[in-house]
Amino acid sequence: MTPSDRGRSLFRFAAPQVFYPLAGRLAPWFAALAAVLTLAGLWLGFFVAPTDATQGEVYRVIFIHVPAAWMSMFIYLIMAFWAAVGLVMNTRLSFIMSQALAPTGAMFCFVALWTGALWGKPTWGAYWVWDARLTSQLLLLFLYLGFIALTRAIEDPRRADRAGAIIALVGAVNVPIIYFSVQWWNTLHQGASVSLTKAPSMATTMLAGMLVMALAAWAYTIAVVLWRVRPMILERERHTEWVGALLDQESTERGGRA
Amino acid sequence: MQWESWSAFWEMGGAAGFVWGSYGVTFLLVALELVLVLRRRKEAVRKLLRWRRAIGKDRNGRTDARMESQ
Repeated sequence: MTPSDRGRSLFRFAAPQVFYPLAGRLAPWFAALAAVLTLAGLWLGFFVAPTDATQGEVYRVIFIHVPAAWMSMFIYLIMAFWAAVGLVMNTRLSFIMSQALAPTGAMFCFVALWTGALWGKPTWGAYWVWDARLTSQLLLLFLYLGFIALTRAIEDPRRADRAGAIIALVGAVNVPIIYFSVQWWNTLHQGASVSLTKAPSMATTMLAGMLVMALAAWAYTIAVVLWRVRPMILERERHTEWVGALLDQESTERGGRA
Repeated sequence: MQWESWSAFWEMGGAAGFVWGSYGVTFLLVALELVLVLRRRKEAVRKLLRWRRAIGKDRNGRTDARMESQ
């Protein structure tokens, strides 16, 4: 690709030297958006949404539990998407994106399990049951941890990228299993609170709080992943001229301060 | 407003441990992730500057002549 082609194409953002500064500029905006949405969501969840008729106050765990569970599934699918793009188009940035998503996905997956346990005890009488929904969500956590461990254990980045991409793609099969588990099997876990075909089975203010928290989780994920991808790009691209120039600048700034 | 007093709010109708245990751990993990992610770029830059000195590149990205002659 000639430089003029690159200038015209949207694909220029796939070039690490273009994406690196862009990520740095965008991340703080998404972080600020996440903070504002979190405050709004917590206010809706704790001060506007009414007490639940059957569960009392403990249901307020939902404002974290459902967004975290959604996010853990979305992130895995996006991870698998970038892995597939990397394998097909052989673009360096795709594999890096895939690997930058994994820790945040694992975090949300753990949060979904943790808040689920704390919600399960008072409502079901048990922190944990080997139910289809819970078991497939636990498997998702192991897939995340396996992906992270594997991509970090392999020294050669090209082999690590490919091995990780295969786990990401094979593991993606688990995501629809988690989502539909409450329909396919008889489970203790309740069905979907929100679906595209039915009216939501909850008060409007509860739903609003949950959706605002879900948007906050999206904004947070974008901010953290953009921040995480930057050092990964520098390390991968350390032999290139643009990283050399950037490091010169950093060392001058450091020298100036000392 | 759903609460008669702040103490009623903190008690969460007797479910304080479950509700605050969920929110507390989540926000702790989020804070931890932010700290780690923001620290990592500085560490990477430091590590790469050290790496570059070790392989003997000067400020203009040229490999040190002494290193090349060896």
